[in-house]
Amino acid sequence: MNRRNVLKTGSGAALMGVLAAAGIIRPGLALADWNKAAFDAKSMADTLKALGAGSPADSKDVQVTGPDIAENGAVVPVGVSSTLPNVTMVAILIEKNPNALAASFVLPEGTEANVQTRVKMGQTSNVYALVKADGKFYMATKEIKVTLGGCGG
Amino acid sequence: MANPMKIRAANKDGVTEVKVLISHEMETGQRKDANGAIIPAWFITELSAKHGDKVVLQGEFGTAVSKNPYLAFKFKGGAKGEKVAVSWKDNKGDSRTDEATIA
Repeated sequence: MNRRNVLKTGSGAALMGVLAAAGIIRPGLALADWNKAAFDAKSMADTLKALGAGSPADSKDVQVTGPDIAENGAVVPVGVSSTLPNVTMVAILIEKNPNALAASFVLPEGTEANVQTRVKMGQTSNVYALVKADGKFYMATKEIKVTLGGCGG
Repeated sequence: MANPMKIRAANKDGVTEVKVLISHEMETGQRKDANGAIIPAWFITELSAKHGDKVVLQGEFGTAVSKNPYLAFKFKGGAKGEKVAVSWKDNKGDSRTDEATIA
């Protein structure tokens, strides 16, 4: 165990204690530890590895929604939806961003595989939707062209 | 303490759609200020939504999520008058919880 792991688990446990004490979150339902390795990963391959996704299969049952051309890279509406059964996790990855992973969501039973958010994109890039259904990973891609980057000053 | 979230929750045909607008800088840690110094990253890392006692969504954000993040999702169940609560935590340890009534 290295120092980073010690710090991470330490602060996570402390947070859980605080939240539990405040009655916001019950023990056992507390937030999962932030997946630092996945969010720090720079390339698509590293990110997929950190998420434990390996090499996901392309699937027609996974959709990425978003504009074809985004005028402002700082605010790009992106959605992920899937018709696959038993979807437990969805993630949004942007290939050419400094860190590929933008957001990931854990979907408990009863929550639909349909999540929308807004992301920043530094430049024109493929946007990947990663979906975990029945323990397997699936992926879909959409290219979004950016005319004004959202990561610069 | 951060500004309140705007949360809308509406039930239609047994499915509740939740829309959340969070007020947060979401600084990437890649921008520089006028003096060329890097502005430190400041962003939401974790987020969760609950319907009553049941967790309906858990999210993890990276720095690529836009300033003042928007999030929309749907879950089965929920009825008019019931509460949906959303909590987030950022990398500086700040956190906030807000709740809304399903319409």
